[in-house]
Amino acid sequence: MSKVLTLAEALRRHVPDGATVVLGTALECLIPFAAAHELIRQRRRELTLVGPISDICFEQLIAAGCVRRIVAAWVGNVQHGAAYAFRRALEQGIPCPLEIEDHSNFSIALALEAAAQGVPYLPTRSLLGSDLLSTGSRARVAPCPFTGVPLVLVPALAPDVAILHVQRADAAGNCHAWGPTGVSAAAGKASRAVIVVTEELVDPAVIRSDPNRTLLPGFLVTAVVHQPWGAHPSPVQGHYNRDHPVYADWHARSASAEGAVAWLDEWVRGPRDHSAYLAKLGQARLDRLRPGAAKLAEPVDYAC
Amino acid sequence: MTRPYTPAELMVAAAAREIQDDEVVFVGMRLPLLAFCLARSMHAPGAVGLFENGVVRDSPAQAFLVTMSDGPNVTGALWCTEMREVMGLMQAGRVTLGFIGGAQVDRFGNLNTTYVGPRGGALRLPGSGGGSDIASLARRHVVIMTHERRRFVERVDYVTSPGHGGGGDWRARTGLPGGGPSAVITTLGLFRFDPVSREMVLASAHPGVTVGEIRAQTGWPLSVAPDLGETAPPTEQELAMIRTFDPEGFWTGARR
Repeated sequence: MSKVLTLAEALRRHVPDGATVVLGTALECLIPFAAAHELIRQRRRELTLVGPISDICFEQLIAAGCVRRIVAAWVGNVQHGAAYAFRRALEQGIPCPLEIEDHSNFSIALALEAAAQGVPYLPTRSLLGSDLLSTGSRARVAPCPFTGVPLVLVPALAPDVAILHVQRADAAGNCHAWGPTGVSAAAGKASRAVIVVTEELVDPAVIRSDPNRTLLPGFLVTAVVHQPWGAHPSPVQGHYNRDHPVYADWHARSASAEGAVAWLDEWVRGPRDHSAYLAKLGQARLDRLRPGAAKLAEPVDYAC
Repeated sequence: MTRPYTPAELMVAAAAREIQDDEVVFVGMRLPLLAFCLARSMHAPGAVGLFENGVVRDSPAQAFLVTMSDGPNVTGALWCTEMREVMGLMQAGRVTLGFIGGAQVDRFGNLNTTYVGPRGGALRLPGSGGGSDIASLARRHVVIMTHERRRFVERVDYVTSPGHGGGGDWRARTGLPGGGPSAVITTLGLFRFDPVSREMVLASAHPGVTVGEIRAQTGWPLSVAPDLGETAPPTEQELAMIRTFDPEGFWTGARR
């Protein structure tokens, strides 16, 4: 029961116009840029994007006109701070009007976790006294029924689809991810459909060899896409490092709406698919992003 | 007068001194990350750093970092986990010190990183990230920011990350578990908070900066500590260490 699809086909099937999509769930690493770029090529519209911080992934989807609503804690360019496309959309409706539901990182995590656990909300002591509760937030302050202390109740958020980038997965969607995973597991469990984009497509025995490494078991996964370099320019531990100049280039060129469109034309709409994008980057550049000598974990013994 | 360090290097050194040995620190990016690396290498070898992406480590990364999720921050970490784990530990009171930055700060240490200007016609900033959580939940936190009059305002336009609210016992009345901001480190000086009113007080001016200059860049009548001092500049050893963590001056500015 292989769930393997091409990236284009997986997104056509599972991310319709108007969908609520959670992505960029491991913060600055494992960002599914190849999927975001393919959504731009497929001219997806009216999306709601969910994520803690998105780095420039949300910026690019916004600049391409794919997004109607953002549910996030932070939108911008981590390396440079600025959020030109986000600002243009919110302040001037360029290229289209944008709504925002403000969160903190923890409240995004809790909203997804609540959905993952099947409860209507989870309480937190964060955000009390913050104006984040007043700009588009659905969270409410209520007293604890046991102690009376004020709590913020963060309502569950169940996206239509999660797009998660991982190091390795089998054809059934059982997948391993390592390094920090942010809200990836909660996002996968909370969403109605899960697209796993993987650097390596492996035999199920590889997953079974180390079940503690599993991010999600395959029964939660809807589609598997084998897409090496699919997180570029974000880093994937053990596969490639972060390509910082891409973020600098976006920062410089997205300062104007025309510049952002030109960047997308050159790097996203120009290349036919992710392979063409990688070819445009060039092998020499990709080689420079490869990590140094392997740093393998000590094996663990699952013998019984 | 030319000084052998940049303002950012002075801020990193001052921030590092806020970290005591064996503290559990919620580390942000940029200058706080360098401060954690510096403290860990100098006077706080037992400090542990938590990052909101889920990385926990007790040693400086062995290569330059642009983000907390860069490979070198993962290699040699103690724990790579989920955000809810590190945020949950902070909510449970296990994080003694957090660092955050902001675009606007007010006299009670409330921070704004969301909207600047009037509601409706405001300039939009990237948002909270983990800032509001750190400000709410860490036992205490330190604010690091550029000191300009447009940023140091009587009352922030939007409270992204709560400081001491309207002052006094506001945090306790609001139900916030963390102790709030304990210090603000700017490009001009180091500030602490009055234990009763919780108003920001100038504790030390950076070398070469006058109280008058700081007042001119502050949008409220600034209180000055009776024992006002001068912020200690970074030592040669501290500078050398900062430059190993930021060899090109990417975060700490041009100096060569």
